[in-house]
Amino acid sequence: MDKRRLDGNAAGGVLREVFALEMTTARVACTGCGATGEIGAQMAYISEIGTIVRCAVCDNALIRVARQGGGQERYWLDLRGVEYLQIEGVT
Amino acid sequence: MAAVPADAPRRLAWRVAEVVETRPETPRTKSIALGVPDWKGHRAGQHVDVRLTAEDGYQAQRSYSIASAPENGRVRLLVERLDDGEVSPYLADELRAGDGLELRGPIGGWFAWDAREGGPLLLVAGGSGIAPLMAMIRHRKASGSDAPVSLLYSSRSYEEVIFRQELKRLAQEDGTLQVTHTLTRSRPPGWTGYDRRIDAEMLREIAPSPEGQPLAFVCGPTPLVERVATELVGLGHDPARVKTERFGPTGG
Repeated sequence: MDKRRLDGNAAGGVLREVFALEMTTARVACTGCGATGEIGAQMAYISEIGTIVRCAVCDNALIRVARQGGGQERYWLDLRGVEYLQIEGVT
Repeated sequence: MAAVPADAPRRLAWRVAEVVETRPETPRTKSIALGVPDWKGHRAGQHVDVRLTAEDGYQAQRSYSIASAPENGRVRLLVERLDDGEVSPYLADELRAGDGLELRGPIGGWFAWDAREGGPLLLVAGGSGIAPLMAMIRHRKASGSDAPVSLLYSSRSYEEVIFRQELKRLAQEDGTLQVTHTLTRSRPPGWTGYDRRIDAEMLREIAPSPEGQPLAFVCGPTPLVERVATELVGLGHDPARVKTERFGPTGG
């Protein structure tokens, strides 16, 4: 058991910094194994240097977000592990 | 430049909430009631991010589940004091009514329950993992829902059972809310309930049958959450209907 592992739900805050819509209920398809599921059901690893969302089935890195604070706020978003995202609009 | 519609989704903003009340729940936990300007409401199970800023600009950020029902105008957080934490000692010891607290939210829609979704519900909590599940229980009561709910709640001792009186009262007045405690470290004299960590046998006795397709929410320390989720799937529950919220090591 890796104690740093959190549910994808825990990445909801940082994902809402870069996406306009709620992301924990968005479905993600993994480029590694083809599995699809809600981001809340994936695994999240959160540290000072950034957040990684990993596939709950194959551990492939789906989404990486890093943020630079200070004078010029800046985000790096790496979506290489994502085949597609299916995002629910506001109801 | 085109005008942005007033109801367009906006970037999640930090705002300053006002502490309305703090209340000890157990020796190590406190409820903090907040008034949040322009709060548009939340769903039971959602969380907020809380941010503290030191005088030198250093910031520490943590997520806290909302423990209050959406029907309640206040946002209530449950804070467990972790001695080596960066955030929780301040929230538990220093914060007073009238103080400001920077937060953003509500966040999350996956670990959330709306009474209109119905039941049966299986709620499994360890320690302060009761917070988002308490929001669901309070929301169920406030909305008049009669969805059957089973709560299995693991605490170290009787004194550390958070919301003990409220859970007792709610279960007494409502036959479709079943509350079961297990006490893992110490028991009061005459305790006849469970006295061990949650295991497959306990879940088999407490949980609704998998045939009824219950929706399960499990929240608490990572080892408990992973063990319970694994056992539930082993008992035949649909993995897609077992939702988990791990605290992780930096809940402080």
